[in-house]
Amino acid sequence: MLAPFRIHEPTTVRDASRLLLEHGDAAAIYAGGTELLLLMKDGLVHYPHLVNIKTIAGLDQVALQDENGSRTLTLGPLLTHRALARSATLREQAPLIAQVAERVANARVRAAGTLGGNLCFGEPHSDPATLLLAWDAVMELTSTDGSRRVPAISFFVGLLQTARQPHEVLTSVAVPLLPAHAGAAYEKFALHERPSVTVAAVVYLRDGAIAQARLAVGSVGPTPLRIGEAEEALAGDRPAESAFSHAAALAARTVSPVDDLYGSAEYKRHLVRVLAARALSAASEQAARRERA
Amino acid sequence: MSDMTGTSDPQVLLSGEPSGEPLEERPRLPITLTVNGRPVEAVIEPREMLLDVLRERLGLTGAKRSCDVQVCGACTVLLDGLPVSACCTLAYEARGREVLTIEGLACDGRLHPLQEAFIDCTALQCGFCTSGMILTAKSLLDETPHPNREQIRAALQGNLCRCTGYWNIIEAVEQAAQAEVQGG
Repeated sequence: MLAPFRIHEPTTVRDASRLLLEHGDAAAIYAGGTELLLLMKDGLVHYPHLVNIKTIAGLDQVALQDENGSRTLTLGPLLTHRALARSATLREQAPLIAQVAERVANARVRAAGTLGGNLCFGEPHSDPATLLLAWDAVMELTSTDGSRRVPAISFFVGLLQTARQPHEVLTSVAVPLLPAHAGAAYEKFALHERPSVTVAAVVYLRDGAIAQARLAVGSVGPTPLRIGEAEEALAGDRPAESAFSHAAALAARTVSPVDDLYGSAEYKRHLVRVLAARALSAASEQAARRERA
Repeated sequence: MSDMTGTSDPQVLLSGEPSGEPLEERPRLPITLTVNGRPVEAVIEPREMLLDVLRERLGLTGAKRSCDVQVCGACTVLLDGLPVSACCTLAYEARGREVLTIEGLACDGRLHPLQEAFIDCTALQCGFCTSGMILTAKSLLDETPHPNREQIRAALQGNLCRCTGYWNIIEAVEQAAQAEVQGG
């Protein structure tokens, strides 16, 4: 049985932040519990105070915002994977995010686990983290000090570590909607609940060439990684299989997988190469399709 | 204690789990919930898992503890109609909500169509995973009354069975979906 703890039920983000400040290392944010409770059950962590942020209203919404012609989806941190998968707005505006949510872990984890918890936990095998890193999402962190915005590329800091300070609450995830000449794709390979390899690609085309490509690879290191070398190699290139294979080889060279339950290092490196080429190709094809439509 | 269906008298329970910690240092929380249609009032500790409350205090042993890390699905129960791993869900989460366990599925002494179909199709051998399989399938059919084979496989992907090889289970869910259609 777990060691005893108290559950606090703040109704505002400010109160949640204040409780986190007050109890310091003795407190943790509690939402879906699908990651936190596993560690607590294993005895790896213990928090005498859990701050349940599910009692704060309004943090489970999908909102579409239009600012100066650039449209952004704002995702609330308390959206469960199931809610993301079923959101009509998300399915219409950024279907890939809904599709990825639909394949996270299993139906029980999807019903309880939240987007915010998944991202803030910093678990290396996170599906949303890999996808949102390639997507250039922006995390809004709020505390008694106010709010700040952290781009995904600066958010994932290390194993189970993010840029979030202990008294900060992730209050929204801003996802820029892709323009008509861009496409996105996600590939994963999973033998267990958590994937062995996750790859996400976003490709922008202009005049038949790749204007910009973003490639993120996850589950094969402490955090998901952007593969800058591959992104640079692709910029300005023709969207051809040879270019994607070359970029995928660079990705496979960049990552440092280890042998574990999810596969041998060699196998995971192979998967990175195969899945990165597939994701880049699919994202590029989608961009071309959207451009024609 | 064992009859959790049929009456509407609240069942009142006190936390009885022995523990090394001094009593006064163990926070307690009164909650009310509905289990298999029956209201339950309980004083729980925030740290108690739903599976422990169901099995040890309500005597509902249909939900099984197996992997204990929300991977295998043997402890699946429905919380407001959605499947959760009772082994990794705080009982606190059930406050004000409805819990359905396998014990609450039969109605007026008649087995649920899923239970009938599992028997007809021999969709179980040792039976340890069966309550979780059936409840997961129920949540699927509640939402998608006519699932195709792919949807059934996707829904049951998080429920492990070491005996059957899954085919009979998938057939049973298909048969139950048809039976529900015929039964109106």
